[in-house]
Amino acid sequence: MTALDISRWQFGITTVYHFIFVPLTIGLAPIIAGMQTAWVITGNNAWYRLTRFFGKLFLINFALGVATGIVQEFQFGMNWSEYSRFVGDIFGAPLAMEGLAAFFFESTFIGLWIFGWNRLPRLLHLACIWVVAFAVNLSAFFIIAANSFMQHPVGARYNPQTGRAELTSIVALYTNPTAIAAFLHAVAGSFLTAATFVAGICGWWMVRSRRGKGADGNDAAALYRPGTILGAVVALAAAVGLFFTGDSQGKLMFRQQPMKMASAESLCHTATDPDFSILTVGTHNNCDSITHVIKVPFVLPFLARGRFSGVTLAGVKDIQQDYQTRFGPGDYRPNLFVTYWSFRMMIGLMLIPVLFALVALWMTRGGRIPNQRWFSWFALLTIPTPFLANSAGWVFTEMGRQPWIVAPNPTGDPMVRFTVQQGVSANSAGIVVLSLTVFTLIYAVLAVIWFWLMYRYVIEGPQEHDAEPAPPTPPEEAEVAPLSFAY
Amino acid sequence: MGLQQFWFIILAVLFLGFFILEGFDFGVGMLMAPLGRVGEGDPEARRRAVLNTIGPVWDGNEVWLIVAGGAMFAAFPNMYATVFSSLYLPLLVILFGMILRVVAIEWRGKIDDPKWRTWADVGIALGSWLPAILWGVAFAVLVRGLPIDAGHHVHLSIGDVLNAYTLLGGLATCGLFLFHGAVFLALKTSGPVRDDAFRFAAALSLPVTALVGGFGLWTQLAHGKGWTWWVLAVAVAAQLIAVALVWRRHHEGLAFLATTIVVAAVVVLLFAVLYPNLVPSTLNPAWSVTIYNGSSSHYTLVIMTWAALIFAPLVIAYQAWTYWVFRQRISADRIPASGGLARRT
Repeated sequence: MTALDISRWQFGITTVYHFIFVPLTIGLAPIIAGMQTAWVITGNNAWYRLTRFFGKLFLINFALGVATGIVQEFQFGMNWSEYSRFVGDIFGAPLAMEGLAAFFFESTFIGLWIFGWNRLPRLLHLACIWVVAFAVNLSAFFIIAANSFMQHPVGARYNPQTGRAELTSIVALYTNPTAIAAFLHAVAGSFLTAATFVAGICGWWMVRSRRGKGADGNDAAALYRPGTILGAVVALAAAVGLFFTGDSQGKLMFRQQPMKMASAESLCHTATDPDFSILTVGTHNNCDSITHVIKVPFVLPFLARGRFSGVTLAGVKDIQQDYQTRFGPGDYRPNLFVTYWSFRMMIGLMLIPVLFALVALWMTRGGRIPNQRWFSWFALLTIPTPFLANSAGWVFTEMGRQPWIVAPNPTGDPMVRFTVQQGVSANSAGIVVLSLTVFTLIYAVLAVIWFWLMYRYVIEGPQEHDAEPAPPTPPEEAEVAPLSFAY
Repeated sequence: MGLQQFWFIILAVLFLGFFILEGFDFGVGMLMAPLGRVGEGDPEARRRAVLNTIGPVWDGNEVWLIVAGGAMFAAFPNMYATVFSSLYLPLLVILFGMILRVVAIEWRGKIDDPKWRTWADVGIALGSWLPAILWGVAFAVLVRGLPIDAGHHVHLSIGDVLNAYTLLGGLATCGLFLFHGAVFLALKTSGPVRDDAFRFAAALSLPVTALVGGFGLWTQLAHGKGWTWWVLAVAVAAQLIAVALVWRRHHEGLAFLATTIVVAAVVVLLFAVLYPNLVPSTLNPAWSVTIYNGSSSHYTLVIMTWAALIFAPLVIAYQAWTYWVFRQRISADRIPASGGLARRT
C-alpha cells in the first residue's frame, strides 16, 4: 500500500463516517423546528414533548457530526495538498463561505436553543431552532457546491503560468446544474433519513405504549400516533423528491460523466437501447466476464435521456479508448463492481422506508392505533436503511468519479482536470497509516458510544421532567443565572 | 492596501478571534478538573459550574478555527497546502483532542454515572490541554520557518518541529490560555468557585508572565521588526495590569479585558513578524511562501472580500448578543440536577 492508497482509505472512511450523522442533522433540525412551531401555535403539549424527546437525540447526533466535520476541512490540506494547491482558488471559497454564512449560525444558535428555553421569549427561542434548521441546509449547499466542482468543474479556467485552476465565475460555481441537483437530492435523502427516524421510533413506541409499556397509556394516541404520521408523510414527500432529483442527476451524469454511468450499468460496449440490469454475475471488474441475469428493457434509455428508445449509450471500453486519446495513457475506469452495486443498493435500500411509510399510514388510518408486534419490529428495523442508502449513494458518486479528483468537464476547459494520484500529499506511507489508525480507532469507539446513547434515549422515551416547559425566568436582574438546564 | 494585505489581516483577525474565544474555552477545560478538586462544595457541582460557563458558547467559538482554516484555503491555498501537509502530526494530535472535546462536553451530562463523567472529563482535559499546547508549537514552527524548497515542497525533520523555541511557544500559549481561562472563570462564576478561580489565577500569574514574556521577547529578537516592539510592549503592559488586578482580587471584568488584549497582542505579534511571508523558508528566503506567491487570484479575493464584509459583522453581532443573553454568573449551588439517564434501565 502506498501513501495514495492509504490516504484514499482514510478519506473514504472519515467521509462515509461523517455522513452517517450529517443527514440526520440536516433533516431532523427542520422537523424539530416544525414540532416546536406546532407546539407554540396550538399549545398542544404533545408537540412540546416530541420536540424535547427528538431534541435530545438530535443533540447526541449533532456532536458527532461537528466533531468529524473538523477533520474533513483539515484533511484536504493534510492528505491532498497538491489537490488543494491546484484548485484552492476555487474550492476554498465555498468552504470558507460555509463557515461564515452557515456554520457560525448553526453553532451559535444551537447553544442559544439548548440553554435558552427559559431565558428567551418563546418566539425568539423558536426562531433559534429555525435558524439552525436553515443553516444546516445552507451548509449542505456550500459543501455540495464544492463537491460538484470535483464532479463537473464549471466557472473555472486553467492558468498555464501558475499551473493552477482559477475561479472565473462564482455564479457559475453556485448555479452548477450538478450542484443544484446533488444538493436537492442530498437534502431529500436527509429528510427521508430523519423522517424515517421519527416515524420508526414513534411507530415502535406507539405499539409499545398500546401494549402497556411506558409511563402513560394515552401517549400512543396523543404523542406517538401524530409523530408516526408526521414522519411517514415527510418520508413520502422526501421519497418523491428523491425520485425526481435523482432522475435529473442521473441524466446530467450520463452527459457529464459518461464513464461513471456506464460503470453503474456495467455497460461494457457502446449500445443502442441497452436494457437495465437488476442482477449481474461475473468476475469483479472484468468487463468480458459479466453476464446480465435479470434485465428490464426501456428503463436505461429513459434514465439517460428521458426517452424509451433510440438512445445510444457509450460503453466503458469505448470511453476508455476515447479518454486515452484525449488525456494520454492511463486507466480511466472506476471500480466496476463497487459502482454497479452501490448504485443498486442506494435505490433498493430507499424503497424500504417508503414501504414502511405507506404501511404506517395505512395502519394509523382513521384514528387507528396498531398494536401488532410485527409493525413495531418493522418500524425499528427500517430506521437504519436510509442511512445505508445515503452511504451507498456517496460511495457510488465518489468511487464512480475515480481516477479523477476533478473529473474533466466535456464542455469546459479541458485542462481543469486532476487525478487522485496527482492530488495526494508527499507524506510517507507510515505517517498516513498512523493517522488512519488513529481516526479509525477513535471513530469506532465513538460510533459504539453514539449508538448506545441513542438506543438508551430511545428506549427511555420522553422523560417526565420534560412533560411541562419550565416557567420563563422573571425579568429582574439576578447576578446568578437561574439555570433550567446545565451540561 | 492590496487585497493580499487585506486577507493577511483577515486571517490574523480570524485566528485572533479563535485564540481569544477558544483560549478561555481551553483554559476552562484545563481548569475544570483541578478546580473541582480544591475548595469547598460538592466537587461534581463545582466541575459542572465551571463547564457551564462556556456551555452555550463553546461551539460557536470553535467555528472561528473552522473559518480561519477555510479562509486560509480560499485566500492562500499555497499556505494551506504547505502548512497542513507538513505539520501533519501536530494537526493530527490537535484534531484528536478537538474530537474528544466536542463529544465529551456534549455527552457528559447524558448519562448520570460517575464513571461515565470521569471518562468525559478525561476527554475534556485532553481536548483542552493538547490543542492549547500544540497551537503554540504550530505557530512557533511557522514563525521560525520550514525547509521549503524551490518547488514549494517541505523536507521536514523533527528538529524543525521540536526545538527550544517551539516548546517555549507551546508552554506560552498553554500558560496564556490557563491564565485567560482562570480570569474568565472569576468573571463568570460566583461563590467559592470564583474565589478559587482567583486563587488559581494569582498562582499562575508570575509563571505565565515569564513564559509569555520570554516567548514574546525571543520572537521579537529573532524575527521581529522595529514596530513590533510596540506590540510586545502592549502585551507586557496588559499582562502586568491583569496580574495586578488578579492579585487584588477585584475588577475581574477589567482583568479579563487585559488578558484578552494580551492574547490579541500575541497573535498580532506572531502575524506581524511573519509578514509579508506566510511560511518562511529556512533554506532560502526567496523560496518562502508569501502573501504574493501564495494567494488566490484577484477575482477570488474580491469575492471572498464581499463575503467577509457581509457576514463577519453579522457573526460578531449575534455572537456578542449570545454573550449578552448568557451574561449572568454561574454558581455551583444553583446548578440544576443532572438530566442524564441512569446507565441501565
